[in-house]
Amino acid sequence: MPWNFDNSIPIYLQIIDEIQRKILSGELKPGEKLPSIRDLAKEAKVNPNTMQKALQELENQGLIESERTTGKFITQKEAQIKKLREEYLKEKLLPCIKELTTLGLTKDELHALIDTHMKEGAI
Amino acid sequence: MMDPIIQLKHLSKHFGKTKALDNVTLTIPKGKIIGLLGPNGSGKSTLFKILNGLLAPTEGEVLIGGHAPSIESKGLISYLPERTYLNDWMKVHELLDFFEDFYEDFQRNKAMTMLEALHIDPKAALKTLSKGNKEKVQLILVMSRKAEVYLLDEPIGGVDPAARDYILSTILSNYAEGATLLISTHLISDIEKIFDEVIFLKDGGIYDYASVEDIREKSGQSIDELFREVFKC
Repeated sequence: MPWNFDNSIPIYLQIIDEIQRKILSGELKPGEKLPSIRDLAKEAKVNPNTMQKALQELENQGLIESERTTGKFITQKEAQIKKLREEYLKEKLLPCIKELTTLGLTKDELHALIDTHMKEGAI
Repeated sequence: MMDPIIQLKHLSKHFGKTKALDNVTLTIPKGKIIGLLGPNGSGKSTLFKILNGLLAPTEGEVLIGGHAPSIESKGLISYLPERTYLNDWMKVHELLDFFEDFYEDFQRNKAMTMLEALHIDPKAALKTLSKGNKEKVQLILVMSRKAEVYLLDEPIGGVDPAARDYILSTILSNYAEGATLLISTHLISDIEKIFDEVIFLKDGGIYDYASVEDIREKSGQSIDELFREVFKC
C-alpha cells in the first residue's frame, strides 16, 4: 500500500495518524507484530529516523508495545484502543461540526442532514 | 551533539576572484540523511569535490572521520559525481569487477540484486544503455559499497518520475547502517521525505542548517516551498 504524505506537515505526525487509522480499521490487529523500523521506513519511503520517532510516540501513547528481543507489537489493551477511537473520532468530527455551525446550521438540521446522506448511501 | 563524521572549519575555495565556498564551518553527525540544497552556483558540487579530495581548499580544514582528505578518507566515502567518470565501452559486469578491485567494501552480491530489481542486464555495455539506466548503474555501484559517508550529487536528475521512487527505495534499503548520506538535488519535493536535515547553501555560505521536521512544524511549509521562498529570483 502506498503511503502518501503532505510535505508541508511533519512526516512523523502523518505516520502516527496513518498507523492509528490502521489500528481502528482493523488493518493492524491487536497483538500483531510490526515489521522492523528499517522495513517500515522502506515501505513508506521515509527516513528510518522519522519512522523511529513516530513509533516512539505511538509507544508513549500506549498503542505499541516493545519487547526487547522480539520487536514491536500493537497493544492488546482494549482500553487503549477504545481511548484512541474516542480521540480519533473527536479529532476528525469536531472541525467539521465547527465549520458547519459557523454557517448557521442547528443541531437538529445537522442530525437531519446526516440521516439524509447516510440513507442515500452517499457515505 | 552526536558523533561527528564530517567537520569543516573556516573552509574557503576561490577560483580566481570567485568565492565558490566562503568561510564555511559545519559539523555533520553520523547516521543522518542530509539534503544539500542551493541554487546553481551555490557551491554544492565544489563542496563534494573537496570532501572527496578532488579539489584542494584555498583555506580552512576538512576532516572526514578524523582524517584530512586522503587515501584513508576515500576509503570511508562513496561518491556519486555529477558526471560519469566510468568508461562507457565497459560492460556492466566489468564495472563490477573494477569496483571490486578498487574498493574493499564493495558488495558484489548487493549490486547484482539491485541490477536485477531494476531490470538491467549485467552483460550490456554501458554505452548501449539509456541515460536513465546509466545513472542507475552508477548509483548501484555507489550504494553497493559499505561506506560511512555517501556523497550523492544529483542522484535522480536523469531518471523519469516513476523510477525516482524506486531509486529512493534503492538508496534507503542499501545504505550501510549508521552511515551519513549527503544528497544534493534540485528535485526537492520528490526526495525531501527521506531527509533528516537540510543544509541551504547560498553564495558559497551556509544560509541555514536545520531539521526538516522542525522546518515543517515551525513554518507549515514543505522544504520545497521554503527553498522557493528563500531563493526567489
